[in-house]
Amino acid sequence: MSLAALDITPNYYLVVGALMFTIGAVGLLLRRNVLVMFMCVELMLNAANLTFVTYSRALNDIGGQVIVFFTLVVAAAEVAVGLAIIVAIFRRRRGATADDVRLLKG
Amino acid sequence: MTVEAVVFFVAAALALGGAAGVVLARNPVHCALLLVVTLVAVAIFFLLQEAQLVAAVQIIVYAGAIVVLFLFVIMLLGVDREESLRDPIPYQRPAAVALGAILLGEIFVLAGRTWATGAPSVRGSVRGRVDGQDLGNVQRVARVLFTDFLWAFELTAVLLVIAVVGAVVLARRSGQRAQLDEHEQAIEEQITAAELSEAVEESEAVEQSEEEVVTP
Repeated sequence: MSLAALDITPNYYLVVGALMFTIGAVGLLLRRNVLVMFMCVELMLNAANLTFVTYSRALNDIGGQVIVFFTLVVAAAEVAVGLAIIVAIFRRRRGATADDVRLLKG
Repeated sequence: MTVEAVVFFVAAALALGGAAGVVLARNPVHCALLLVVTLVAVAIFFLLQEAQLVAAVQIIVYAGAIVVLFLFVIMLLGVDREESLRDPIPYQRPAAVALGAILLGEIFVLAGRTWATGAPSVRGSVRGRVDGQDLGNVQRVARVLFTDFLWAFELTAVLLVIAVVGAVVLARRSGQRAQLDEHEQAIEEQITAAELSEAVEESEAVEQSEEEVVTP
C-alpha cells in the first residue's frame, strides 16, 4: 500500500485507543500522587470514549455517541467526589500520595 | 496522503505524546496541562468521525471543567512539588510496566481477531437521511437520547445531584468536626508537653544521681 493512497480505517482509531488505555493503566500503577492517578483514570475513560465513537461510525449507529455522554457524566461525578476525598485526606495528613493512606486507617 | 490521514497522524502523535507525558512528568501541574493536550487530540478524533456534538462537549466539559478542577485542587493543596522517585515497594515499577505490556497484548489478541457484530443502526444512523429528512449530528443524538435512553438520562441527573451533595459533605470543614480536630490537636500538644517535662525531669534526676556519686 502506497503512502499516497493511505486510507484511515477504524482500526487505526482502535489502535490509538488501545495504546491510550494501556498508557493510562500503566500510569495508574506507576504513579503515587493521587491526583495524577486520577488523571490516568481520565485517560482510560477517554480511550474507551474514542473506541465507542469509532464503532459508532463503523457500524453507522448513533448509540455509541450517546454512550459517550453518559461516560462524561460519570467522569465528572467521579472527579467531583474523588477530589473532595483527596481534600479531606490532605487535611488530616500533609500528603497526597497513595502511600500515605496505605494503612487504611485515620 | 489525504487530509484525513494527515490530521489523524498529527492528532495521534499529540494524544499519545500527551498521555505519555501525563505518566512521565513529575510535576502534577505539567501532568494536568499535558492531559489537556490529549483531551483536545481526542476531540479532533471525534470531529474526524462525524461526532461534532461530542467533540464540543469533550472540550467544554473535560478541558474546560474537569482539568480546571484538577488544577484548582493542585493549587489549593499546594502539592505542585515534584514527586520523589524513591519507591517503598521494590520492583513496583518494572512490575507495572510488565503488567501494562501484558494488558496491551491481551487487548490486541482479543480485539485483533474479531470484529463487532450485530445489526447496525439499531438506535439511529450516524449519516444518511432519516424519515426523508437530512438531520444534523445534534438532532440525531438528541432523538436517541430523549427516547431510547430517557431513563438513563434521568438517572444521570440523580447521579450528579448525589455527587454534588457528596462532594460538599466530604470537603466541608465546619461544626462538630472542626471542634473535634481542635480538641485532638490540643490533646496532642498536652501529650508532647508532658513527655518533654518528663524527659527533662529524668535528665535532671540522672545529673543529680551522677553528682551524688561524685560527691562522696
